Amino acid sequence: MRRDTKRTGVFTRRALLLMGGQVALLGGLGARLYQVQVVDAPRYKMLSDQNSVSARLIAPPRGRILDRVGTVVGGNKVNWSAVLIAEETDNVEATLAVFSQLVPLDDHEKSRILREVHRHRSFIPVLVKDFLDWDQMARIEVNAPDLPGVAVDAGTTRIYPFGEKLAHVVGYVAPPTEADVAADPLLALPGIRIGRAGVEKYHDLALRGHAGVVELEVNAVGRVIREIARQEGTPGETVGLTIDADLQQAVVGHLGDESASAVVLDCTNGEVLAMATNPSFDPSLFDSGVPQAQWQAWISDERRPLLNKATEGLYPPGSTFKMAVAMAALEAHALTPTDRIFCKGYIDVGNARFHCWKRGGHGSLDLYGGLKNSCDVFFYETARRTGIDRISAMAHRFGLGTKLDIDLPAQRVGLVPTREWRQAQGHPWEIGDTIVSGIGQGYIQVTPLQLATYVARVATGRAIQPHVTRVMGGEIQPGADSLDWPLMDVTDKWLALVRSGMWAVVNEPGGTAPEARLPGSRWQLAGKTGSAQVIRVSRAEREDTNFNSAKLPWKLRPQALFVAFAPYDAPRYAVSVVVEHGNAGAEEAAPIARDIMMEALTRDPANRAPPNPEQVAEKS
Amino acid sequence: MMDRRLLRETSFGLAAKLWQVSWLYVLMLCALAGVGYVALYSAAGGSPEPYADRHVMRFAVGLMVLIGVAMVDIRVIQKLAWPAYGVCLVLLAVVARFGHVGKGAQRWIEFGGLQIQPSEMMKIALVLALASWFHRASWERIGNPLFLIPPLIAILLPVGLILKEPNLGTALITAMLGATIFFAAGVRWWKFLLVALPVPLIARIAYTHLHGYQKARIETFLHPESDPLGAGYNIIQSKIALGSGGMWGKGFLQGTQGQLDFLPEKQTDFIFALIGEQFGLVGGLAVMALLALIILGGMLIALRCRHQFGRLVALGISVNLFLYVFVNIAMAMGAIPVGGVPLPLVSHGGSAMITVMLGFGVLMSVHVHRDVEFSTVEDRF
Repeated sequence: MRRDTKRTGVFTRRALLLMGGQVALLGGLGARLYQVQVVDAPRYKMLSDQNSVSARLIAPPRGRILDRVGTVVGGNKVNWSAVLIAEETDNVEATLAVFSQLVPLDDHEKSRILREVHRHRSFIPVLVKDFLDWDQMARIEVNAPDLPGVAVDAGTTRIYPFGEKLAHVVGYVAPPTEADVAADPLLALPGIRIGRAGVEKYHDLALRGHAGVVELEVNAVGRVIREIARQEGTPGETVGLTIDADLQQAVVGHLGDESASAVVLDCTNGEVLAMATNPSFDPSLFDSGVPQAQWQAWISDERRPLLNKATEGLYPPGSTFKMAVAMAALEAHALTPTDRIFCKGYIDVGNARFHCWKRGGHGSLDLYGGLKNSCDVFFYETARRTGIDRISAMAHRFGLGTKLDIDLPAQRVGLVPTREWRQAQGHPWEIGDTIVSGIGQGYIQVTPLQLATYVARVATGRAIQPHVTRVMGGEIQPGADSLDWPLMDVTDKWLALVRSGMWAVVNEPGGTAPEARLPGSRWQLAGKTGSAQVIRVSRAEREDTNFNSAKLPWKLRPQALFVAFAPYDAPRYAVSVVVEHGNAGAEEAAPIARDIMMEALTRDPANRAPPNPEQVAEKS
Repeated sequence: MMDRRLLRETSFGLAAKLWQVSWLYVLMLCALAGVGYVALYSAAGGSPEPYADRHVMRFAVGLMVLIGVAMVDIRVIQKLAWPAYGVCLVLLAVVARFGHVGKGAQRWIEFGGLQIQPSEMMKIALVLALASWFHRASWERIGNPLFLIPPLIAILLPVGLILKEPNLGTALITAMLGATIFFAAGVRWWKFLLVALPVPLIARIAYTHLHGYQKARIETFLHPESDPLGAGYNIIQSKIALGSGGMWGKGFLQGTQGQLDFLPEKQTDFIFALIGEQFGLVGGLAVMALLALIILGGMLIALRCRHQFGRLVALGISVNLFLYVFVNIAMAMGAIPVGGVPLPLVSHGGSAMITVMLGFGVLMSVHVHRDVEFSTVEDRF
């Protein structure tokens, strides 16, 4: 029994020891619990929120693009699409079968839908059919009881009411590429589009707006349980253009089937009232993806429909360049208004002979007569006296061969060469280069927009810059007022002399462009023709009386140009027209310019702009 | 000196036995099951289905088992100890060969519609068998190393079979449980050291033989952040649940980790985290305090018992309960590797509930029969 007592004593000691150990270990757990639940709690609370709160972005509606009077030229349209939520239907195939009786689905689409249904969790909507029309949408809604799991989703697509007529100015949007999304994850939002050309591209960020955020409670597999908070985004800003959509349509009409470009500017402030390019393209095709065949057709067309010829097309200005040469000569005192130059049909400089367009010559001419008759010899000689560097400096001041401040994403600078430029190429500047520059040929290349800018500056003496944005965020942008633009530092009387020469071209008997004379007596148009060779005319061809450049292949015919401003006594509108390979400016481009000018003068868009086109747009 | 109570009638009536049941202890068990009901109700997203109601039903059955076993004379239980051990050993062997694997670890067999995990039964049987062995041993015999070899084998056999299942956690708990009985029986300290010293070496060798998922468990325990969506996910989510609960908790049914299914195995292994998220440190400590009372209450029953068998059995069952609780809670807060150990009377699970209640029944039988006349050491040896 004593031994038993010993055993009991040991047991009691050791049991008490174990109890002490248990209490200590449980106490340790309690301390650890305190560590986790109190000391480290903030970190774990954050992690818990990260687990269960999912912030999702809401795509803001893209800003609209309006013309100067508030007509929508780029807007949003509701796009109905049918989606299928697999968990809400017992039989996906049966639902699709019913669906395809209402809206046809081909086998390819069906297999894609089934594939996606299997790939995603059952509560994630799978797109069944996009771009439903109103009828189809209504049919689905009416038959909703027979279509368990099918829902109609309203998204938006971009629409361009004027389609190809304004495609080059307004531009277009397209879904973001993978590279875009990598650069800005915001763009991964469904429905987000990126401006790829024109105003859509230039003002893309403003038009895009700011995404809203919705905070959702989600469970471990990502199912949305409830909405915790919602912060609406900011819709994209409305952009009001200087373009007058009515005038634009008329201008496009007057270009007809030619591969051509025309620009109408408000001379006084540089507002682009119309900017047309033929042929054009359908900008809405980019939103859903351009069909391969269409893309190939555009790419292979030698008339290059995707190119905005007004800002990206480069053409030798031909005789339209002569006003710049005249201004350079007058300002440099290389020529006075009364200096006369004799045209015998050609001029020999060094061992080369340069011909006037008029066989037999013009005889003795002063500057006025030189412009009126567009005498080449007169300007060969003037250019020779003035020198290329003065000519190009003056041309640059008028906007030719320089980068314009146009608010469009793509423009080409073109070239009015200088001695330095040629030398940088490793060649000496030849005197012959100066001679041909005098009639806007040789290396000179300009865009139709530069030509219009140049004419506007000649007409007003103000260094206006062309621009297409008039109102942003409800505010009229600087530049809408003529006084926003500085006067050019040129002598007024020289400008007036050049303008009178342009007037004579159109209105005086013997001028080169009587075709451009405006009907009626209310307004007078002043202008200048240009026909620029794209190939060198050989001596043999020149002497062949039967030679006719109009019979050359299209690509080899001269470019036809015409620049004009009106009214002559109070210039308001400047027009430039380039008809690609139109052969002769007077015959091809001048009548178009005249018609466009009549449209501008009668519509008078410059005086037809409400202070807030957005309000007009809301009412319509 | 012989206590008068030792001389008491060796058998007494049913009414007297019922009177002897510690109803306070039973009440604490009911309270713990109530905690389980609340936790399982929230685990089902605020519904008595499918866990909470069944939990209560099982607990009711378990209570009847408890009372029934408590009425059985402890001497009868002692006589059944080795046969029970034998049966459990056979079941373990069967399960190791033919059993179904659930969740990669727990092996079970179907027995008349009831799933039985023999490893759980074995722990009670082992306690009974070892207690029976040492009950008969005099102090001198305990000092004899040869006398310790049979019980050592009695431990190693089931531990080996459970390891083969494979269930590392339960095997370790079973081994520790056996060691505790040895300790309480009075085996000398140095003998434990002798066995414990080569353990690191054995562990090293054993690690190379561990199953991939077992290695992964240890790895993810050591570096849970290294694999946040894989094996470390459970530990991280459990800690987030507890930590985000803070001092006072997010409120009943307001725990986002539990309600939104971020917390895995929330109705079984991680039910403590579920409680901690909703009721905070305060709720967690309250549950731990209740568990401590139940464990220490069992230890007190052991101390109050007059015979060595009862003492060892009560201590063994209490220690078994402690090991369950400690491992479960420690794993919920990421303090030890995850091991598929439920929280007794709180976690969802049928066979574990019956086994646990059977253990409490034996414990209560010890309490009821704490003073009975028992054949002493001298009688046999």
